[in-house]
Amino acid sequence: MDRPGEGLRVALFATCINDVMFPDTCKATVKVLERLGCEVDFPMAQTCCGQMFTNTGYYKEGLATVKTYLEAFEGYDYVVAPSASCVGSVRHQHPMLARWAKDVELEKRAEAIAAKSFDLTEFIVNVLHTTDVGAFFPHKVTYHTTCHSIRVEKVGDAPFQLLAKVKGMTFVPLPNDEFGLNTANECCGFGGTFSLKNPDVSVAMATEKVRNILDTEVEYVVAGDNSCLMNIGGILRRGKAPIKPLHIAELLAQTEEEAK
Amino acid sequence: MSELSAPLDDHTAEIGETIVHLDHKRLTPAPPAGALEDMPVFKVNARRELGNVVMRKNLRFATHTIRQKRYTRIDEVGESRWQQLRTAAEQIKNRVGRHLDTYLEDVEKKFTEKGVTVHWARDAAEANQIIVSLVKAKGVHEVVKIKSMVTQEIDMNEALEAADIAAWETDLAEIIVQLGHDRPSHILVPAIHRNREEVREIFLKEMKLYGKPAPEDLSNDPPALADASRQHLREKFLRAEVGISGGNFIVAETGSLVIVESEGNGRMCLTLPKTLISVVGIEKIVPTFQDLEVFLQLLPRSSTAERMNPYTSLWSGITEGDGPQEMHLVLVDNGRTKVLADPLGREALRCIRCSACLNICPVYERVSGHAYGSVYPGPIGIALTPQLRGIDHPIDKSLPFACSLCFACADACPVKIPLPDIIVAQRHRVAEKKQASKRPHIETTAVAAMNWFWKDAKHWELALKAGSLGGKAMDAIKMRKIGPLPYPMSTWTNARDVPAPPTQSFRDWWRQERGEQ
Repeated sequence: MDRPGEGLRVALFATCINDVMFPDTCKATVKVLERLGCEVDFPMAQTCCGQMFTNTGYYKEGLATVKTYLEAFEGYDYVVAPSASCVGSVRHQHPMLARWAKDVELEKRAEAIAAKSFDLTEFIVNVLHTTDVGAFFPHKVTYHTTCHSIRVEKVGDAPFQLLAKVKGMTFVPLPNDEFGLNTANECCGFGGTFSLKNPDVSVAMATEKVRNILDTEVEYVVAGDNSCLMNIGGILRRGKAPIKPLHIAELLAQTEEEAK
Repeated sequence: MSELSAPLDDHTAEIGETIVHLDHKRLTPAPPAGALEDMPVFKVNARRELGNVVMRKNLRFATHTIRQKRYTRIDEVGESRWQQLRTAAEQIKNRVGRHLDTYLEDVEKKFTEKGVTVHWARDAAEANQIIVSLVKAKGVHEVVKIKSMVTQEIDMNEALEAADIAAWETDLAEIIVQLGHDRPSHILVPAIHRNREEVREIFLKEMKLYGKPAPEDLSNDPPALADASRQHLREKFLRAEVGISGGNFIVAETGSLVIVESEGNGRMCLTLPKTLISVVGIEKIVPTFQDLEVFLQLLPRSSTAERMNPYTSLWSGITEGDGPQEMHLVLVDNGRTKVLADPLGREALRCIRCSACLNICPVYERVSGHAYGSVYPGPIGIALTPQLRGIDHPIDKSLPFACSLCFACADACPVKIPLPDIIVAQRHRVAEKKQASKRPHIETTAVAAMNWFWKDAKHWELALKAGSLGGKAMDAIKMRKIGPLPYPMSTWTNARDVPAPPTQSFRDWWRQERGEQ
C-alpha cells in the first residue's frame, strides 16, 4: 500500500463530541492517517468548532471558539477532523463570525486556517490522492450522506470512492423513494439544537431515515459524522433494531491482519 | 383570537362548518378566525400538523413529484448553463436592490407615461386603503383577482370584505382554499394539502352559496373538478368590472407588468374587467425587458417544473379597445425597505416566489404551510417573515428555528439566496434578545456554561473528566445506554437511546499513549 502522507504533519481536530463520546473514532482516524504515512499531532489547546453556538444564534460565544481553534491549529500544514459538519463550520462560519465582529485580521486568519482544514475522507481522496487505505471489513453496510458533508463542506463522492476500495465489504445504497429521489442525502433530522427545539419534526425525519436504513437489511449504517449517527443510532437502539451505527473512520481503520 | 387554531385542526371533517354560520352577512367565505401572527409558536403548530395524516400524505406526494420533475428540467438545461442563469438572476436582482430608489422612480415615470396611475403604499393599511377607495370609486361590490402573495401579505381580501366588497379568487387552488374557509399552505400551490376527494366535498357544499353550484353528480376526477370551477368562475369573470392582480415582475425600462400563470384565469382577470389594479411589492422590478429572459427560464422550471408556463401576460400601459381601459399600480413597501437595509437579510428580497425551497425542505414537507403563521412558509418564510414582521410575536421568534440547517434549499434556490445563513442570522437576533432580557432562561444559562467550557481547553478538560466519570459509573453498574431523561433532555431521549459515555476521553488516551505535545 502507498504511503502518500509521508512527510506531512497533520493536526487532528478531534471535535468535542468525538473527544468525549466517541474516542474510538479519533483513534481510528489517527490509525488511518498514520497508515498512510502522515505524522499526526493532537494539539491539547483544542476544544470545539462552536457551531452549536453559531447555529443557535449565539455569535459572541461562537467567536470565542474561533479563537481557540486558531490558537490550537495555526502553524500546522493540515488540520483533519472525523467530521464534515465541524469542518464545514470552520470553513463557512468562522470567517462569517470574524466578519460579524468586524475583525479583519481575525477574518484573514480564519480564512487561512479554513483552507487547511479537511474532513478525513476529503483529505485522503483530494489531498493525499488515494482511495485505497488498505481497509478490510467483511460486513454488509449502507451509507448515510450527511447534509453538511455534501452541501456545506462539499466532500462530493470522496466517502464512496473510499468505500469502493474496502475489501470484503458488501455495500447496499440507501434506496430511492417511490418518486425516484435519492434518500441517502436527505436530512436525518438531527440539526443540532433543532432536535431539542423541534423534537417532533426531528423524530419524524429520523424515523423516515431509519425506515430507509432498515430496508437495506445491513449490519452497519455508516456516516462521516457521529452527531447524525447518534441521532439515527438512538432511534435504532430504542427500536432494538439489529443495525449498528459506525463512523467511516472506524470502518476504514480495520485491516485484514487484525481480522484474522 | 384564542380559537384561531381551531379551524385548522382537522382538514378532513366538517369543512367550513365552524365559521360559515357565525357570520351570514359576509359576501365571501370566511377564512379561519384570528391573525396569522397570533398563532402559537411553531413547535405547537408543527405537532398539530404532524398528526394530520391525510395532509402529510398529500404533501409528500406533491412535493416529491415536483422535486423529481424539477431535477429533470434542470438536467435538460445542463448544470453549467443552469448555474449561469442563477448567477445572472442573482446579479440582476442585486442591482435592483442597490439602485432601488432610481428604479422605482423609473417605474413611476414609465408607467405614468403609458397611462397607468401609480400609487405608493408604505404598509398594508395604506395599500388596502388605496385599493378599497379605487374599487369604491367604481361603485362596484365585487372584484375578481389573480393569485398573488402580496395581496395575502396585506390581507387585502378581508379589507375589501370589511368595505362590503367581495374579492373572488380565480386560481383553482385559491378557490379551493377560499371556499374551504381555509388558509393557503404553499406559496405556489395553496391547496397542496388537499386531495381531490376533499376538493369535491368543498365544491359541492360551498359553490352554491356563492354563485353557480357544482353539478350534483360531481366526481373527484380532476377534469370534472376543474370544469366545475370553470363554470362557477365564468359568470364572475363576465360580470366583473374590476380585476386585481399582483405582479411577478415589473419592467422599469418599458413600464410593463408581467404575470406568469398556468390556468388562464389570470389572463381572464387581466383582459375582461375594464379596470385593473395591480398590487406589487417594490422589490419586483427588473431593469430591462431583456432581463426577463433570465427569469422566464428560471421561474417555471423552479416552480411547476415546466419548461415554460402556459400563460405569460404582459401589459405595457393602456391600449384603446383592448384590455383594461383604466390601470392602477400600487407599489407596496410593507417592511421591504427595512429588509433592504440589512446587508445579509436583503438577499431574501431576490425571491421570485417559486417555492423550490418549500418543495425540498424536509421540515416543510412534514408540517405544511399551516404551521408557520405566515403567508410565506418554508425556508423563505422563516428567513423573510421575521425580517418583515419583526420578532416580537412568539411565532415570529420561533420561526428561524424551524430548520435543521440541511442546506438543501440553498442549492435549490434559483436566485441563490443563502437561506441557511439568513435563517441563522435571524436566530442571532432572537438570541440577542433573549440575552438582553433580565429573565433567567434555561437556554442562555446553558449557553453561558458551555461557553465557559469551550473558550479554554483547560476548562474543557473538566467536562471531559466529568464525562469519563459518568462513563465509569455507568460501566460499574453495567449500564450501556442512557434511556428517558427529564426535560429538557427528554426532547431527545423520548424517542432515542443515547450510548453511555466511554470511561476515557480521547484526550486522556492520547496523553497516556503519546504524552503531551
